[in-house]
Amino acid sequence: MVSNKSMVVEATKLTKKYGNFMAVDNINFDIRAGECFGFLGPNGAGKTTTVKMIQCFSPLTSGTLNVLGMNVQHEERKIKSRLGVVPQEDNLDPELTVMQNLIIYAAYFDFKGIKAQRKAKELLDFFELGEKRDALASNLSGGMKRRLTIARALINNPALLVLDEPTNGLDPRARHMVWQKLRELKNRNITLVLTTHYLEEAHRLCDRLLIMAGGKILDLGTPKEMVNKHIGDEVLELNIPPEQMSPLLEKVRKHIHGSLNLGTSLCLSPKDSKTLMTVLQETPFDLQYQLLRPANLEDVFFKLTGRGLEQ
Amino acid sequence: MRISYRVWHVFMRNFTVFKKTWLANVMFNFIEPLLYLGAMGFGLGVFVEDIDGLPYINWMAPGLIATSAMWAAALECTYDSYMRMNYQKTYHAIIATPVNLEEVVVGEILFGTFKSLLYGIIIIIVISALGLVPSPWVLLVLPVLALEGLAVTELSITWTGLVPGVDAFGFFFTLVITPMFLFSGVFFPLDGLPVLVQVIAWFMPLYHVVELTRSLTLGTVGPSLLYDVLWLVVFITAIFKLPLYLMRKRLID
Repeated sequence: MVSNKSMVVEATKLTKKYGNFMAVDNINFDIRAGECFGFLGPNGAGKTTTVKMIQCFSPLTSGTLNVLGMNVQHEERKIKSRLGVVPQEDNLDPELTVMQNLIIYAAYFDFKGIKAQRKAKELLDFFELGEKRDALASNLSGGMKRRLTIARALINNPALLVLDEPTNGLDPRARHMVWQKLRELKNRNITLVLTTHYLEEAHRLCDRLLIMAGGKILDLGTPKEMVNKHIGDEVLELNIPPEQMSPLLEKVRKHIHGSLNLGTSLCLSPKDSKTLMTVLQETPFDLQYQLLRPANLEDVFFKLTGRGLEQ
Repeated sequence: MRISYRVWHVFMRNFTVFKKTWLANVMFNFIEPLLYLGAMGFGLGVFVEDIDGLPYINWMAPGLIATSAMWAAALECTYDSYMRMNYQKTYHAIIATPVNLEEVVVGEILFGTFKSLLYGIIIIIVISALGLVPSPWVLLVLPVLALEGLAVTELSITWTGLVPGVDAFGFFFTLVITPMFLFSGVFFPLDGLPVLVQVIAWFMPLYHVVELTRSLTLGTVGPSLLYDVLWLVVFITAIFKLPLYLMRKRLID
């Protein structure tokens, strides 16, 4: 297979089995240079496994995977020298200072001396950790540790930055700060690959994303395309007693594209919201709460991963 | 297997951390052999006849070079390695770079070997100060400590590659390290023990290390020592791939 230069990752029939368990089941996708590409899926979907294969951590069971135009099975070292990896759990050296964490990590890439010092300082400034350079990594807050982990992954000027659940467990402020930094990196044309189960994160950061479940791809596209294709423009959220759901759906069926039952609430995707609202007002149902809002990835996610889907 | 100069990066990472805590580390490891020297050498030694024509403490002290080195290397490559591997995920952090897992394990082995040398040298200095080192041959104990370090760390990391959890290290110390400590001829000659015990001891690396350190420290050097060196080299070479294989199996497959 001839590698396409503008493709940073090319996966063909990619498969990973652990014993009899199919973690990644024969999937195909490409990641383009300069984009932010997201893997979205519930826990156990296979997204971390896929990303671990991209990082040359897990060997493939079958299929082909090229990263930066090189085959992961043959050029592991070369690929890893141009990759930045941000793991799900912080794995900083807790006994070392912030600066030492970067310098020691730089050495793994044979990157040393004044140049490494300068790069480390530049990264600390970028991630607003300059004042903490002599603090022990174990004494940093969760948000700072995360930023340091991302800074460390950038020490070798990677062409591709892979982030596994980059904001997992952070408070909202720390999360926003990480998002802001990732957007700035994207503006510098670094290709970003991230896994997440935060739909807001996927929506804010990703140019394209892939929704996975059970090791398979459910859909791949831009967030906007996916929302339009699977849900439409808007969603009407309703709270009604469960026993009234079926009769209500019966009544409005011809005015909606589809519906989603989330247990205590019901989401309808209206063909035309005004008509639907009028129809609802004329029905005798006990509508305790209703909200008309733009459709989002969460709706797509629930629909594709099959939770309470009715159509 | 692809092992390159990058093992040095792993060694330096551990060494950088070690430099921060070396004083506390060294003190702890150096007091314990002194306690043995005091208790066995001065306490028990009073009731013991000369061994090989030497007062008990003079005969016993060189063995402490070997045991101090063994404990340091074994602790480094069990509890400390396990902490890095399992809790701090240091191995995962390093193998995301061009350094591979085999190089991480060899870097750990080299660092454990460094500690074996360091803690052995400390005991040499201490017992020299007490006038218990009569021979300049003692300088050759340094390469012996390096061999000891390699043998003990390979065994220790092998165990670290196998254990289900941190509690299981107790077995290693109870079943491997402590028996070596007691039955390798450090505190008493093995001649008086049943032949079976002597044979088992011969299969333990520490037995050969003790033969070497005692002979070199006391200056009773003969060609038979080369067999002990050969034994250690064969042992180190034979089990070298085992920890590499087990770690790969544990962390990646």
